[in-house]
Amino acid sequence: MSKRLNLTLGTLTALLMVTAIFMVFVYVPTEADQGNVQRIFYFHVPCAWVAFAAFGLVAICGIFYLWLGQDIWDDLGYAAAEIGMVFCTLVLVTGSIWAKPIWGTWWTWDSRLTTTLILWLLYGGYLMLRAMADDTPQVARFAAVIGIVAAADVPVVVVSVRLWRTIHPAVLVTRQGGHGLEDPRMVATLLVALAAFTTLFVWLLILRSATLRMRTRLIAMARDLNLAHAAAGDF
Amino acid sequence: MDNFGYLFAAYTIIFAVIFLYVVFIWRRQSRLEIELRAMEVRLKEVCDEIEARSAPQSRSAQ
Repeated sequence: MSKRLNLTLGTLTALLMVTAIFMVFVYVPTEADQGNVQRIFYFHVPCAWVAFAAFGLVAICGIFYLWLGQDIWDDLGYAAAEIGMVFCTLVLVTGSIWAKPIWGTWWTWDSRLTTTLILWLLYGGYLMLRAMADDTPQVARFAAVIGIVAAADVPVVVVSVRLWRTIHPAVLVTRQGGHGLEDPRMVATLLVALAAFTTLFVWLLILRSATLRMRTRLIAMARDLNLAHAAAGDF
Repeated sequence: MDNFGYLFAAYTIIFAVIFLYVVFIWRRQSRLEIELRAMEVRLKEVCDEIEARSAPQSRSAQ
């Protein structure tokens, strides 16, 4: 990855993030029922968006890896799964912190929360497989299949608030249609936060996949070195 | 119903986790770059060694 692209994306992310923080804490009006704690929403939803986008990307990369067998898809999928896991963890943690003052409990076995936890566990399994098994094409193929199957839970999480009885608010798309944000400033703040998290996701994805590409190159070089050693031994 | 403590905790955790993850990526990248450079040097040494050994053999064959 070029240093210029790295710097551009990093700067853009920082600028959008500062704007989003300003809007969350200064610009947006306080929600009437929940008070200031509702401001968690403006970063909780973008975290969920990044997690879902990342897990969707894992599935797409998995399909391409199984189809074409190129390492670049495996590396990109692995990077996306790791980033998705970080943001899925943030969704669960911030959701739990928000739930305590509003619902009076840190956790409840609500459909949205439970399906999100299942998603977290599925990709936790994916990352455990990648961390514990050797870097062989067989493991990469197996991981690709897990990544594709696990991504099937993403649409379930999204529609869970409409399919089952739940206490989780359907803010973006309500049962009646439309959205649950009354003030246009709330919509603007959410959109800026979504933009900030999207650029952060792209930046992290490029950084992490570059690291994984480097690791793949290192493994290939170690193989070449072993072959060269064997050749040297033959003389 | 302000609950500033919860708000503060949520945002602190978000930024701390993102910051730590970026640091983790950068550290790993720096380590891999060092390993890669060392591996390139080692590979070159072994290739040079093979060349050096094969040169007298090809001369004696002539």
